[in-house]
Amino acid sequence: MTGQLDWLRGGIALALAFLIAVWLVKPIGVSTQFVIADGMIWDQISPDVVVEDPGTKSGFASSNAYLAKSGGKYASHVAKPVNYGFVFVLAIVFGAFLSRVTGGPRPQASDRVAPAAWRERFGASPGKRYAIAFLGGFLVLYGSRLAGGCTSGHMMSGMMQTSLSGYLFAAGAFATAIPAAILMYGRGGSRV
Amino acid sequence: MEIFLAIFLGTGFGFVLHRVGASNPENILNMLRLTDLHLMKAILLGVGLSSIGLFLLMAAGLIDSGHLSVKDSYAGVVIGGAILGLGFGTAGYCPGTGLAALGDGRRDAGAFVLGGLLGAFAYMVTYPAWKASGLLDHILGGKTTLAVTGNDAYGAVLTGVPGWLVALVVGLALVVVAWALPDRPGRGSRSLPRGVPAH
Repeated sequence: MTGQLDWLRGGIALALAFLIAVWLVKPIGVSTQFVIADGMIWDQISPDVVVEDPGTKSGFASSNAYLAKSGGKYASHVAKPVNYGFVFVLAIVFGAFLSRVTGGPRPQASDRVAPAAWRERFGASPGKRYAIAFLGGFLVLYGSRLAGGCTSGHMMSGMMQTSLSGYLFAAGAFATAIPAAILMYGRGGSRV
Repeated sequence: MEIFLAIFLGTGFGFVLHRVGASNPENILNMLRLTDLHLMKAILLGVGLSSIGLFLLMAAGLIDSGHLSVKDSYAGVVIGGAILGLGFGTAGYCPGTGLAALGDGRRDAGAFVLGGLLGAFAYMVTYPAWKASGLLDHILGGKTTLAVTGNDAYGAVLTGVPGWLVALVVGLALVVVAWALPDRPGRGSRSLPRGVPAH
């Protein structure tokens, strides 16, 4: 596809993005912010989910054990949405938009509903694709949170730091992702 | 200042994910069904080069090892990775690339992100059960790296060797693998990644 970097330039660009982030602030991570967004929504619906508590390390506590862990770190991020991690993740959406309008790869209208690998196998109707994307999103974020990080935080940032957890995560993820993709999409699309 | 950096670095990361083609689920699915490995090559090269750069710049005193953030090892890392893999291999998105795909105007990414919010919520409410199961208990010393980082909060496996040397060897190995993998291991063939294309 035009506008897309080859693997050599792409790999160098990825290396720079991860390196500059750890140089200036800290390693890149994404999946935690899905929890922070959930906490914000939850706290809007029932405001006593996150409360100020001078007794904790962060100054915030939560009735949810996950938000309350590590001295209320996540709870404090829910209470103060303008924090580094959350703004970083919102900026990813903008960055991709910026790339598209400045000569990056542009998806066709049909690609915006489902990738070609999907359409060859399951047709172009959006309903099934959205359902599988939704289910996939559920599994990806449930798994990320159980693992404590995702492809960015565990695999890229983790293996950059030579973290053992990064290698464990990559092994677990590819052990299921490769068979799942081959079973679902085959090895050569409609030509098999 | 921190918020300015978040905007700058997040925008840069989203831009790079999009240019590499990682926000296009077609590329992710073709990587995972082993028909087009250009993204795998880019990822391996990216990890290898950033690792070499990180440890050399830390050794030179140009990057503060206090900026590192090493995650705990526990059985749930492998189990969670495997659950993530099922969604990754079917949807073709991971959390970062799904968000980048939103900026790319992909509607299926919207469904992915909504599902992700529900999945993260499901973990928030089931967390106590995982905690009680013992599967979140540390293994391999918890926050441990292969190479010595110079940050006392993290243990290392290879303590007798300078960290930069370990990272250089591991990083170069990843770069070599990235170089050696074929771009297209034979679309439509049943061959392994190193096999000869069928046509």
